[in-house]
Amino acid sequence: MVLKAFFPTCCASADSGLLVGRWVPEQSSAVVLAVVHFPFIPIQVKELLAQVQQASQVGVTVLGTWCHRRQEPEESLGHFLEGLGAIFSHKPWFQLCRERGSKSWSCKATHWQGPTSHAASGEDQVMLIFYDQRKVLLSQLHPPAVLPDRQAGDTTASAGGLAAVFDTVARSEALFQSDRFDEGPVRLSHWQSEGVEASILVELAKWAAGPVCLLLACLLSLVSAASACRVFKLWPLSFIWSKLSTCEQLRHRLEQLTLIFSTRKAKNPAQLMRKANMLVSVLLDVALGLMLLSWLHRKDLIGQLADALIPVADHVAKELQHLLQWLMGAPAGLKMNRALDQVLGRFFLYHIHLWISYIHLMSPFIERILWHVGLSACLGLTVALSILSDIIALLTFHIYCFYVYGARLYCLKIHGLSSLWRLFRGKKWNVLRQRVDSCSYDLDQLFIGTLLFTILVFLLPTTALYYLVFTLLRLLVVTVQGLIHLLVDLINSLPLYSLGLRLCRPYRLAAGVKFRVLEHETGRPLRLLMQINPLPYSRVVHTYRLPTCGCHPKHSWGSLCRKLFFGELIYPWRQRGDKQD
Amino acid sequence: MEDEQSFSDIYGGRLALQRRCYSPSCLEFCLSCPRITLRSLTAVTCTVWLAAYGLFTLCENSMILSAAIFITLLGLLGYLHFVKIDHETLLIIDSLGIQMTSSYASGKESTTFIEMGEVKDVVINEAIYMQKVIYYLCILLKDPVEPHGISQVVPLFQSAKPRLDCLIEVYRSCQDILAHQRATSTSP
Repeated sequence: MVLKAFFPTCCASADSGLLVGRWVPEQSSAVVLAVVHFPFIPIQVKELLAQVQQASQVGVTVLGTWCHRRQEPEESLGHFLEGLGAIFSHKPWFQLCRERGSKSWSCKATHWQGPTSHAASGEDQVMLIFYDQRKVLLSQLHPPAVLPDRQAGDTTASAGGLAAVFDTVARSEALFQSDRFDEGPVRLSHWQSEGVEASILVELAKWAAGPVCLLLACLLSLVSAASACRVFKLWPLSFIWSKLSTCEQLRHRLEQLTLIFSTRKAKNPAQLMRKANMLVSVLLDVALGLMLLSWLHRKDLIGQLADALIPVADHVAKELQHLLQWLMGAPAGLKMNRALDQVLGRFFLYHIHLWISYIHLMSPFIERILWHVGLSACLGLTVALSILSDIIALLTFHIYCFYVYGARLYCLKIHGLSSLWRLFRGKKWNVLRQRVDSCSYDLDQLFIGTLLFTILVFLLPTTALYYLVFTLLRLLVVTVQGLIHLLVDLINSLPLYSLGLRLCRPYRLAAGVKFRVLEHETGRPLRLLMQINPLPYSRVVHTYRLPTCGCHPKHSWGSLCRKLFFGELIYPWRQRGDKQD
Repeated sequence: MEDEQSFSDIYGGRLALQRRCYSPSCLEFCLSCPRITLRSLTAVTCTVWLAAYGLFTLCENSMILSAAIFITLLGLLGYLHFVKIDHETLLIIDSLGIQMTSSYASGKESTTFIEMGEVKDVVINEAIYMQKVIYYLCILLKDPVEPHGISQVVPLFQSAKPRLDCLIEVYRSCQDILAHQRATSTSP
């Protein structure tokens, strides 16, 4: 039966003493946490262990003896060490021995039967596994992704083993508080025995974080109370706020900041990572926004943009007019119904004329508006991009209107056609039973129905062509807006802190462990080195990505094509489940 | 205790199987894949550069030649770091687990460790691969919910793809250790 002993690498050069740690009987492995040096008083050692056990809920006991001598241990030392085994009784009792300056280790594990039957005590093979205590303490194991039809709780039972080792080391912080220079009754050797290490900046930041968080939390609660006041809930304003993606983004950022600066401590490491990721994301956002602002102001781009905006809007309107003239003629050689063509074309031309007048009305104020909007970039690059997306939506509002008119007309025509086609064949749609039933029509009903059907069929190409052209334009605008939203989502959801941690401190995020066999001599126990296997980058992003607004297109390609064919309106951005006609 | 044998993979290339026995309970198999040859490297580089020179004579833009050099260099680095596996190692430690390491030609190593508590068995399986039927060695993992079920099949030596004779060698040694582990785990 092979026993496993996990031994910290920092104790490999420590002086002789007692081994202190935890025995895990299910894995038949012993996790050594520290070495207690001579001289010590057994009562005090037991008191210390009881204290640690109470503080950390980990069953810390004396596991055996550790001997680090220049030559083979003498007989007297051997009896002394065995005598210790009688005081601190533990099954099995480990005796690790190492010659100073050499790589040969020896270890035995004995089951202490009693003071008389020394010869009958069984000895087991021991496998030594070295681990870096500091890294194992700081790292966090990420078990492999559970299968979709299993709950996460089922796998914890079988994930014992190494998770138990990590858990033991992580929870035994109380044991590592005292270092070599303390004047306590018991001298311990562990990873912090050279002196507890800490950073002044980190300690100062922790100390200052309390009042700063309190102040910022008050400010943020004021802001959110102001934004939730009744004035903004009135109908026109609430409708506008729900449509603009800028407001969505600002709300999202406000929520994130409230979470970061809340005075409640994070309950588990996942929440702490989430807070850190959010903070880094917000800081990067603001930094990129400030860079954008400085670039805009340096080249005076705002003035140039304002000057170029009106001519561009005019140019777009002129292009639309040319398009409509083309449609009113013989587009692509197709022959349209002249009367309907003229009616639709004139209607849309008048709409464009209204739009151009509106733009010209706004032109004196454009530069001021753009300047103020440019200032908002200091709230973050995502806010600036959302504003850009909203400006595009506002400037192409007439394309949206044309799309709605064309789609409604086409939709009406298609419904009329399908209903009259059923009449043509002598059938009817039964609303009660939601199916098509046969029906006997009167002669005059059939006559008028067939007439209307013929009219609608012959007018179909015209309407369909207008619908097609305006839908394509609308889809183009939607694609551009979609790309901007994609970029905003990327900045919002990328877990930069976790990625940075994976890059600089790969042992903190562990996917598992890996073993390496150290130099082996026959007759000596097997020695392995346990190292931490870091999480791959794709899993880091997948595990720690931040939740975003969730404004993703909800349709699949099939339903999109179906909606396009039947002329139903497409709303690619459903924000928070609001409904609109 | 170390010994080395030579086998062949499914395409006929030469593989070297190195077996190291550290102790009765710890065994390591190292399978080395055929190396990248100078001939294939030269062939690929010449093809890319000839194509770039052909484009250059058409377009008269010298950026194409620099781009071709960049692409060749980056492609070679990417191939050595992400694609070409130099050797694969299987380490079995009784009562601890099974570890598979793939070492790439650039020195990068990617390791997976499976604890012994999750391993149900190690078997040789048949599979249809392109137009062939090949044998491969795989580890069957236990299902946490169902005691006799299998939750996952993990194939070993996926890029070396040795033939059956090599697999039988590895299989026999693995089964020795697994049998020993099962015998000792049932006894207290």
